[in-house]
Amino acid sequence: MGKTLYQKVWDAHRVGTLSDGRTQLFIGTHLIHEVTSPQAFGMLRDLGVGVKYPARTFATIDHIVPTENQDQPADPLAAEMIDAIRKNCDDFGVTYFDLKSGKQGIVHIVGPEQGITQPGSTIACGDSHTATHGAFGAIAFGIGTTQVRDVLATQTMAMESLKVRKIEVNGKLRPGVYAKDVTLHIIRLLGAKGGIGYAYEYAGSTFDHFTMEERMTVCNMAIEGGARCGYVNPDQTTFDFLKGRPYAPTGEAWEAAVAEWKSFASDPDAVFDDVVTINAEDIQPSVTWGISPDHGITIGEDIPNPATTKDTEEKAVIEEALAYMKLPAGTPIKGIPIDVAFIGSCTNGRLSDFRETAKFLKGKKVASHVKAIAVPGSQITAIQCEKEGIDKIFEEAGFEWRAAGCSMCLAMNPDKLVGDQICASSSNRNFKGRQGSPIGRTVLMSPVMVAAAAVEGKIADARETFSETFQSVVA
Amino acid sequence: MAIEPITQVSGTAVPIPGADIDTDRIIPARFMKCVTFDGLGEYAFYDVRFDPVSGEKTQHPLNDENFKGASILVAGINFGCGSSREHAPQSLSKYGFTAIIAESFAEIFYGNSTTLGLPCVSSSQQNIDALKAACSADPSLQVKINLEDMTVTAGALSFSVEMPDSARHALLSGKYDPIKELMDNQDKIEATAASLSYVS
Ligand code: SF4
Repeated sequence: MGKTLYQKVWDAHRVGTLSDGRTQLFIGTHLIHEVTSPQAFGMLRDLGVGVKYPARTFATIDHIVPTENQDQPADPLAAEMIDAIRKNCDDFGVTYFDLKSGKQGIVHIVGPEQGITQPGSTIACGDSHTATHGAFGAIAFGIGTTQVRDVLATQTMAMESLKVRKIEVNGKLRPGVYAKDVTLHIIRLLGAKGGIGYAYEYAGSTFDHFTMEERMTVCNMAIEGGARCGYVNPDQTTFDFLKGRPYAPTGEAWEAAVAEWKSFASDPDAVFDDVVTINAEDIQPSVTWGISPDHGITIGEDIPNPATTKDTEEKAVIEEALAYMKLPAGTPIKGIPIDVAFIGSCTNGRLSDFRETAKFLKGKKVASHVKAIAVPGSQITAIQCEKEGIDKIFEEAGFEWRAAGCSMCLAMNPDKLVGDQICASSSNRNFKGRQGSPIGRTVLMSPVMVAAAAVEGKIADARETFSETFQSVVA
Repeated sequence: MAIEPITQVSGTAVPIPGADIDTDRIIPARFMKCVTFDGLGEYAFYDVRFDPVSGEKTQHPLNDENFKGASILVAGINFGCGSSREHAPQSLSKYGFTAIIAESFAEIFYGNSTTLGLPCVSSSQQNIDALKAACSADPSLQVKINLEDMTVTAGALSFSVEMPDSARHALLSGKYDPIKELMDNQDKIEATAASLSYVS
């Protein structure tokens, strides 16, 4: 009987069974950032131990870094946290991609960019979007701070094994439909809780043809579907992406690594606990209307109406969401005015996101009432965008072009919604208060759809807003 | 590292309304700017305890004098979803909660809580609703969670609850913080490291 990638990686990293029945799992790569690590280092000092394999731990700062003036946080607490991670990395001998390194950025963008994220590895990070790294055929978990301590101290953690659900998407996406729409579609289909207890294996011809960046966008939001991790089997696309990156193997070691990486892919006769099949053509540009990532609809649909559902629980959920979102039930989502447009985050803050969006944004203007910000996910992304003149296209359209960080994805730096502002956002969470104002509202969508909303000043169908460009691209 | 076994938890309970309570709601991100977890307790559920506009206390059960001192939280489905921040269970624990009873829990939250010795048990919607009603009717009602026979009793009410075996054993044996056991296996850890080409 064949094995899945998940099982193979798990078996290769199993240290033993703990007395409570859980597996002691070796974590080959540990990524840390400023928010969830200082307490863990504190615990390490209390235990009087060091970092077990400092060479396997990599740090950067992202959550609290200001995007206007990166190295001058006005907030003393933010400055304290930056000082803490510098000192901790120094004291414990951990590699740290600081602001001045030119390599700083959102931890889930930095890992792949540096070639640290590799197939067949286990990766942990004190951040729930660690699943992103699964795009490379790694098993990557978001963990809590106490587990960060465990991994620092022992390079292992206690884990329960997961079931594996294969999500197969086949066919070609329609023009204007992006990886973000694929992930929103899956979450809508299976629910925000549908993945609890599972690892998601994303497969099928759509994924085979996806770039690494597209795969990362989908894996990134596995957690929004409740799955602890998501992955794509490694293939030539994966190897081509990694080749030549700073931490990728070189020379003979490269060939050996590729051979080994291939062996981790799920066997053709692997058995899955569940299989879901999706037709790529059924996926439309999607947006969220509520306060959970599974509150998604396609751009042509109406906002749900609690009056038309008989299920009392569903009715209550819709009512609560609409009361918070202040959206009119049963009317088209298209045309709802927005206040803020945000392109960035570990979901959609990569080079390809800015390149693709720039194609459509060129020569257009952001509506006068909209505050629009574009935030590259890493310093390397920023530099490349600037080389290609992408920053200028965004700025000429009326976007603010910022420095690398998590920015408005969450509320730990100066980029925040104010009052009940409504934001078209390329990030991953639309929870109440997520973007910094306790009554702020988030509408998730792909970066191109955010650009369309910014230009029109309201939620729009990018295929209409940018119809000329779409026609020339498709032709 | 002597940790006491946790076999039962009792106290008064406070019901929290709503499903899918995410960790952003439990502890808003702006309060996570800290290098230790001390002091997080006062920010638990901050944005629902205080009106975001006026800053006034809301009608939230945690502001209700009747539930003052409650140490057990009763919640709905998928409690603790969203961000993996351990700040969420830490803030609840520092606030004074010693256990959570809900319809279901998000996985990372669940694991984080167990490691802190904060038991999370689940039961059916019907049982949870009955418990919520009983606590609302009488906030001084003593609720007891017994992890040995996996029951919750509260006055006349009694029902069985669930939790994964591994977590239950860990709590009952006082091994819910696995660090000691993890550290004991140095040889095996090193052998595994040596077998992995990208590590060694
Ligand atoms: S961009 Fe958002 S989701 Fe990603 S790591 Fe930063 S805060 Fe978390």
